[in-house]
Amino acid sequence: MTTIENQAKAASPKPSWRSGASKLAHTFGLQIGIFCVLLVIWGLFVIGAPRTFLSSNIYAAYMSTIPFFAVIALPLTMVVIAGEMDLSFPSIMGVGMVAFTNVLTLTNSMALAFIASLIAGFLVGLINGVIVVRLGIPSLVATLGTQFFWRGFVLVVTDAGGFSLVPVKETVLRQALVGRVGGYMPAQTIWAVVVAILVWVFLNRHKFGAHVYLVGDNVESARLMGVNVDRTRMINFAILGTAAAFGGVLSSLQQSYFWVSLGDGYLLKTMASVFLGGTSVFGGVGTVFGTLIGCLIIGTIEAGIVAIGKIEIFGLVIKLSGFWTQLIYGLIIVISVSLQNLLSRRLSR
Amino acid sequence: MDYILEMRNITKTFGEVQALRQVDFAVARGEVVGLLGDNGAGKSTLIKIVTGYHHPDSDGGEIYFKGQKIEGLSVSEARKLGIETVYQERALADLQTLWRNIFMGRELTTTLGFINVKRMKEETEKLMVGSMGFTSSAVVPDSVVRTFSGGEKQGVAIVRALHFDAELIILDEPTMGLSLSETKKLLEFVGGIKEAGKSCIFIDHNVFHVYSVADRVVVLDRGAVAGEFMTRDITLEQLMDKMYRVAQTGHLNGSGSD
Repeated sequence: MTTIENQAKAASPKPSWRSGASKLAHTFGLQIGIFCVLLVIWGLFVIGAPRTFLSSNIYAAYMSTIPFFAVIALPLTMVVIAGEMDLSFPSIMGVGMVAFTNVLTLTNSMALAFIASLIAGFLVGLINGVIVVRLGIPSLVATLGTQFFWRGFVLVVTDAGGFSLVPVKETVLRQALVGRVGGYMPAQTIWAVVVAILVWVFLNRHKFGAHVYLVGDNVESARLMGVNVDRTRMINFAILGTAAAFGGVLSSLQQSYFWVSLGDGYLLKTMASVFLGGTSVFGGVGTVFGTLIGCLIIGTIEAGIVAIGKIEIFGLVIKLSGFWTQLIYGLIIVISVSLQNLLSRRLSR
Repeated sequence: MDYILEMRNITKTFGEVQALRQVDFAVARGEVVGLLGDNGAGKSTLIKIVTGYHHPDSDGGEIYFKGQKIEGLSVSEARKLGIETVYQERALADLQTLWRNIFMGRELTTTLGFINVKRMKEETEKLMVGSMGFTSSAVVPDSVVRTFSGGEKQGVAIVRALHFDAELIILDEPTMGLSLSETKKLLEFVGGIKEAGKSCIFIDHNVFHVYSVADRVVVLDRGAVAGEFMTRDITLEQLMDKMYRVAQTGHLNGSGSD
């Protein structure tokens, strides 16, 4: 075997030398790219609406609202990296709260209600996993179906009526989850950071995460090398379900009301964050940092468009509110994704 | 004879197709066995049973590894037993880094499933310089495998099979897509496996390659063993002649089996 090594060494080509900075750009191209996009977008909004973006109010609003979908976007990233898709998480948010409110009514314990909601989310997510793995239905199709099923379930069980959470406003759990830390910082931001750290560790420092990347990249190779593809997929969906329930609890507690429409509007926002962050729709590629920045960008765009109000191009005034919001929103998303794609490809070469 | 692997009476059916019919196949310690046969003969299926990817039909035969009967083998168990494979498809993940590919399915874990990335990268670095012959500084454990040439990818797949102290190394069409010099390297590598006292199953369409390294040749045809020869007892021309006859008629006309 040593003769082969020597001959192999002799036969190998010798490509060019890379500097330290260039190596960094090569490895982290995706993350650097998306961060630049965030700076560009933020810069544009500061120029467009300096009064809004240079005061602290809008950032306080961000810290309150972005975590609700960020805690879902992060596990969703793992699902997409594994080559799957989940469209049902908005409905799982509702299911989690159904469990929460029912257990709360039954036991009057916030803690039990919270645990119940997480378990409900876990089980619903697991069901998604079982449908995909055991029945062999593509996850896009399977979760399209379960999305409707669980939304319907929520409507039936609640009789389309909401649930007031005002009575529990002063409880310890509510304060811990969505209260103001130090009188200023919304606690959900801290929880979003905790989720980000947990997902990062699981994705990058655990066997499960290593398998997520492998299954998403080349599922046959993974199988041939002994990776338990089925188990990886099922755990992935279960985690996302739990996270969706968590996000639903955070959002409902913050509003002090459980609306049966909980989850509405989350689907596109959350998925946009994941893809904007550089996660590949084909699987095998994606980062926690990228998704976090993606969440920040999406959050920024929403508030930014409303804050700017109107823009003036060559004397033509365009009001950005109303119908224009969606158009501009979509335009910025397309530009952001293209920019991110370009930058990360350039840097990774 | 000291057999490291014995497969007796193996039958495998896929739907309506009998891919393997009562196949007896054995590999002795330190032996290189060439597995020859046309497309669809059942070579890859047989190999995938050895590695635990497929299972024989119930009542479809027995497998013995190092004298112990093996039931319900899984891929990860097979790897733990010391059976490693370099697949025809190479079984790599193109978008992933080198170290992730080397340790695919065999990640180095500490406790509770947490992986030791630093150690995996260090071992990959050692393997790169030692066994794979990557000397340039542009290829690092974090290099993405997609950027490698066919020969380099093959090198990765081979080193991966070797690194885990395999006792039985299976090479499924390893010369596919390789240049002449890379092929020569590979055949010398097979010789090296033998020198190290390990066993090897070598599948290739190319009779020349197989003949040059194998101690024994087993010919499969349409799911059954058509013949077996010791390479020292037969010339290359005779072997090719027999292969041709098998392909045409399905028999060897009663010559040279056993």
